[in-house]
Amino acid sequence: MDIKRIKEGHKLLAEYKYELGTIERGYTNRTLYVNISDNTIASKAVTPMMKEKFVGGKGFGLWYLWNATTPSTKWDDPENEIVIAGGPACGITQYAGAGKSLVCSLSPLTDIPIDSNVGGFFGPLLKFSGWDALEIQGKAEKDVIVVIDGNKGLVTIEEAPYEAVDGHILGEQLTEMYADNEDDKRNVSVVTAGSGAEHTRMGLLNFSFYDPRRKVTRLKQAGRGGIGTVFRNKKIKALVVKFSNVKGDLNNAYDQAVINKTGIKYHREIHDLDHLQNNMRKIGTANIIEVMDEYDLLPVMNFQYGSHPDTEKIKSTVFIEKYITQGVQDGCWYGCSMSCAKAADCFKLKTGPYKGQRVTVDGPEYENAAGLGSNCGIFDPEAILELNFYCDTYGIDTISFGTATAFAMECYERGIINKEITGGLELKFGNFETAVELLHQMSRGEGFGTVVGQGVHRMKKLFVEKYGADPDFLFDIGMEQKGLEYSEYVSKESLAQQGGYGFTNKGPQHDEAWLIFMDMVNNQLPTFEDKAEALHYFPMFRTWFGLYGFCKLPWNDIVPADNKYTDEPAKVPEHVQNYLDVVYGVTGKRLSTEDMIRESERVYNFQKIFNIRMGKGLRKNDKAPYRSMGPVTKEEYESRQERYDNQLKEIGYNPEGKTTEEKIKVLREYREDQYEKLMDAVYKRRGWNSNGVPTIEYLKELGMDLPELIEVVKDLQ
Amino acid sequence: MVQIIKLNNRDFPWEEGLTIEKIMEIKRFTFPKIIVKVNGKLIEKEDYATTVVNKGDNVEIIHLLAGG
Ligand code: SF4
Repeated sequence: MDIKRIKEGHKLLAEYKYELGTIERGYTNRTLYVNISDNTIASKAVTPMMKEKFVGGKGFGLWYLWNATTPSTKWDDPENEIVIAGGPACGITQYAGAGKSLVCSLSPLTDIPIDSNVGGFFGPLLKFSGWDALEIQGKAEKDVIVVIDGNKGLVTIEEAPYEAVDGHILGEQLTEMYADNEDDKRNVSVVTAGSGAEHTRMGLLNFSFYDPRRKVTRLKQAGRGGIGTVFRNKKIKALVVKFSNVKGDLNNAYDQAVINKTGIKYHREIHDLDHLQNNMRKIGTANIIEVMDEYDLLPVMNFQYGSHPDTEKIKSTVFIEKYITQGVQDGCWYGCSMSCAKAADCFKLKTGPYKGQRVTVDGPEYENAAGLGSNCGIFDPEAILELNFYCDTYGIDTISFGTATAFAMECYERGIINKEITGGLELKFGNFETAVELLHQMSRGEGFGTVVGQGVHRMKKLFVEKYGADPDFLFDIGMEQKGLEYSEYVSKESLAQQGGYGFTNKGPQHDEAWLIFMDMVNNQLPTFEDKAEALHYFPMFRTWFGLYGFCKLPWNDIVPADNKYTDEPAKVPEHVQNYLDVVYGVTGKRLSTEDMIRESERVYNFQKIFNIRMGKGLRKNDKAPYRSMGPVTKEEYESRQERYDNQLKEIGYNPEGKTTEEKIKVLREYREDQYEKLMDAVYKRRGWNSNGVPTIEYLKELGMDLPELIEVVKDLQ
Repeated sequence: MVQIIKLNNRDFPWEEGLTIEKIMEIKRFTFPKIIVKVNGKLIEKEDYATTVVNKGDNVEIIHLLAGG
């Protein structure tokens, strides 16, 4: 890698000097605005109104995006933005999981705002360089990078023709280029997409952090919704931030002692209990692969089934014992004692342009193992790691890739598409060679890979219009909603989770609510009202992490030893209090649990109205594919016949002597009706009318009756 | 007639000598973060094998929320 030559290729397009400034109680009170069409770079004030109503992070991102776009803006218009913002707690080093940033943009998959949360050092270093948020607008003519030097107070836009595009190489190149020496690499963070992001709609962003023990640039992903596609469409190759003086007190907290005390208590808990609970420090989120299989929740072959005998081969212990490097503190920001950012080192690639090379694979996360593995019928750990690596470096979202590939595989196996259409690819479940070839095609921008890369929503349309597929059947088995692919949990047996997926703002991602155990196993949400309450509380609570810059995992991937004695163990009350204490320590705001929910409700409803403004966000947009609710096909029904027959009996229908088709029909009518009823209850609890529109009265109560919001909802009341 | 207990507020068949451990085995409850209560009384993990469940008991085996 000849860094000198690559750097000599840079052409300076714009330069902007700024005062470094200070952070006060978690805020720099400024946003960096960069327009790569006309090469404007400017500082914008963060107003008290923004802090009060939007807090930070995702709140700021959505607010800027709203102001930058109109109802007719498309994802690939220059006006569309990519906003990266950490939030007031971002950069704290004393409490676990405080280095997250939120990225917002109009999504190429959904045509509405998407938000994606991500670790790595970029968010905190951006703040320490003097910026609460980075707002990028415009479209460059040639590939550019934006460099923020927080030591010198200098921002540049530079043409960058010679750097690689793929994330793992580009991350290394730019880290090397902008670090003064080996020690300084920790002080550089790079945001990249990858070659696959250019040719698909499911592009992701890689956020780097340098790992001094492994001596590699590690990547964390802002995966969902295709923001990497927007990034490459704008011809941004990378963003670089550099800041050399990271210390624990840079947020200039209101009361640092409170943060320290809360952090120490939490670290002790991790030390004492992690190995007895989720084993996050050994395997990260992949610890639940076998748990999901046991509970029939692991998506198998396009969500047809929830378990498979071969899960044994990809269970977490296989990864721990054979692949994942142990005994390393793998935090994606300083001070994260949960350290779940695991990696497989020296993994030898078997295919593609990097074949034969030994690389570090970041992961596997649960979602990767389930999406790239079981959901595609692939039960081979090395196949999963290889797909995981290529998804990351090509800048492809593993979840959308997994779910879209699984859908294409099912269509192939059912004869809806054939070898002629796939360009000779044998797209069968379990065929790793084909799956990985799809990925390489996405990188090269050719073949059937680019079709799968459009996502399930657009594949459905194509298969119907061009190949005469039955639209109803494709609607039933295509696991997408609002244009976004489902994340990797089977929700068939949990009505609450069907809503947890179906009533989200951005599309079916589980980061709003994961209620399967509370609902299906524990039976703690027996009535529609109980479910609605959970579908209000949890999405609001979880939205809050994204306002402040927290990682959600330390909240409930470990619980205090005495959590079981509390009134509501599922909420992990002690940890909720920790967050309120840390936020008090940083900002001086003493929030109650009610205030916390209120802060989220403001942003959540803002996003909801944003969707409505973009022509979505209504009841009809919350319709979900039947595969997320129940058995679509005979095989699915018969594989769990006893369960479904019993449910039919419970609802007063005698399954004896009936054909499977008849039973599927009755069960379906019942389940779809339940989903509609749940929708009514949830909308009511969330302050929306039966069409899913926030009522003006409720917006007033939230203090969100801003004229521009009222304008959108007033005729829909 | 089948004798029953309540397990998470649903009917569950009772048999002589039924223990918490046995129920967990039958239901394949393998998740590590579980809270068990019998008639409202918390049962510690080390007592699952020896805690006998009687006809009509109200057993709660609560899985704490997790997920990615
Ligand atoms: S828990 Fe994992 S993802 Fe979250 S901040 Fe820590 S290392 Fe990063």
